[in-house]
Amino acid sequence: MQASGMTAPRLPPAKAATGFWSWVRVGFFSSTGSSILTLVMAAILVVTLPPLVRWAFLDSIWQTDDPAICREASGACWAVVAEKHRVMLFGTYPYEQQWRGVLVVALMVALILASTVRRWWTPKLLMAWVAGLAVALALQFGGFLGLEFVQTTMWGGLPLTMFIFVGTIAGGMPFAVLLALGRQSDMPIIQKLSAGYIETIRGIPLVNILFMAALMFPLFMPEGVNFDKLLRAQVGMIMFFAAYTAESVRGGLQAIPRGQYEAADSLGVSYWDRTFKIVLPQALRIVIPPIVNDVIRAFKNTSVLVIIGVLDLLGGTMAALEDPEWTRYYVEAYLFIAILYFVFCFSMSQYSQKLEAELKSGRNY
Amino acid sequence: MREGRPECLLDISGVVKTFGRFRALNGITLKVDRGEKIVICGPSGSGKSTLVRCINRLETADAGRIVVDGIELDYDVRNIRAVRRKSAMVFQSFNLFPHLTALENLTFGLTCVLGLSRADAEERGRQYLTRVHMLEHESKYPGQLSGGQQQRVAIARALTMQPDILLFDEPTSALDPEMIKEVLDVMMDLAREGRTMLVVTHEMGFARAVADRVVFMDSGEIVEDAPPEEFFTAPRTERAQRFLGQILKHRSGTEAAP
Repeated sequence: MQASGMTAPRLPPAKAATGFWSWVRVGFFSSTGSSILTLVMAAILVVTLPPLVRWAFLDSIWQTDDPAICREASGACWAVVAEKHRVMLFGTYPYEQQWRGVLVVALMVALILASTVRRWWTPKLLMAWVAGLAVALALQFGGFLGLEFVQTTMWGGLPLTMFIFVGTIAGGMPFAVLLALGRQSDMPIIQKLSAGYIETIRGIPLVNILFMAALMFPLFMPEGVNFDKLLRAQVGMIMFFAAYTAESVRGGLQAIPRGQYEAADSLGVSYWDRTFKIVLPQALRIVIPPIVNDVIRAFKNTSVLVIIGVLDLLGGTMAALEDPEWTRYYVEAYLFIAILYFVFCFSMSQYSQKLEAELKSGRNY
Repeated sequence: MREGRPECLLDISGVVKTFGRFRALNGITLKVDRGEKIVICGPSGSGKSTLVRCINRLETADAGRIVVDGIELDYDVRNIRAVRRKSAMVFQSFNLFPHLTALENLTFGLTCVLGLSRADAEERGRQYLTRVHMLEHESKYPGQLSGGQQQRVAIARALTMQPDILLFDEPTSALDPEMIKEVLDVMMDLAREGRTMLVVTHEMGFARAVADRVVFMDSGEIVEDAPPEEFFTAPRTERAQRFLGQILKHRSGTEAAP
């Protein structure tokens, strides 16, 4: 080292790490370990990607009504989707009437989209939902104005999935809030009943609940009394959703400081006003992410209905594949509905992230 | 109400409150007449907050009687709500509703509890926001207000309910020193109007200026109950002397001028 008083040599400023090659170096070859990992991943891609692309795109058949053509091709047979989409999307709903299903799905999607606009979160939106659901159900059932009546055992595919999904949220969410409040209640019987319900349902697989709803429930009913199987399945889905979502809501309730309850109490506010105007508006805002998680799960859980013979989107696809001519193209069919499920669920997830950011930024509330 | 003699608004006798094995209140007896201003002071853990919180049933006393304007606090929910309508509380941590604007914080109780129409509630709410000099902030949310401003809104919220008795639970303890004065000024205005006030506070300047009686508590008991001039100049007990010595030494910097 030189004596003090020496100044450090002037060096040119460090080159800014920009450009493609430095991005590659930093992102992929920053250390020995990272370089090895990059090479291994590259090798895997080189081996798997070309055959996949060849199968999915280059050698695939996109459009034909002749399964023989598919059998000769070495690639994917997307034609199965084109050929069987009516059964996949609408199940056993009468073929000539399936336009009603299209309208039902369009109506539901429109309502869901309208519900994403925070400015429209008013009682009017609730009325729009009630009216929209009534119209959708009327369309789906028919039996008026010359529309053929279609009983629920004939329902299937995407409209059925949408009905069960919307019904699960609409019925399950208020139930979940009541359960969460019950579990926080000072009244021992209500507290025990709510906690008992939540713990019991959470301890049973959904499939099991649906089996009980489909098979066991009728055994307990007096002769001649029978509820629609779809309705029973809907009730089972609501029960399951409510038990899980109640715990999400409870997390929000616990985050509300005691001072909020005390301020409301000291004003002489009743329990219900305190709960619905002070506590819940704050609590639900906190738990949007876990609730969206529950909602996404509820959407995917509709596919379990297949097990009790309800032809939802997945069930419709399975029914479509029963055609021996096309049954070998199940991979293509399942990939197609996987993409459908993904589009729905990913949109919900994206929306919740946007909503969360919106609520966090801007004013405090 | 008899001629010549002020009406007894609050009658507390033999009140006991325990938290587990800790005895927070150990047989408190206190009478407050209408229009009286009582300052309750004492070291932390002496039970002063617990006492005011028992009056509107945020805490339930284990034994003893509490009667507010002729209504006895028992297990009848109607009586509890009636007492809560006759009283209003200002908290140490303000406890404004964060999802409501300043004005909505005031109108909430008016529409929900007193059943006023929205227009009437807003008119009365604005009137009381003006009283605490917060009218220009009526559409702000609590998160956008300073501590002193929040506490003034909280006082306005208590006032809008037009209570017979105002309970203050350490209203300035959570405030930065420069904001204490604006809150104390509002409270002094209220005191001059002849309102019945029960104030738990360490602000001895406030006590000196407006209190009719100073109640000194220690270990869950009322140790002294005297007019402020008597309490501050000649405390009878050694405990009160020690407390005053400590508090006047530490708090003199933030004392509001009487």
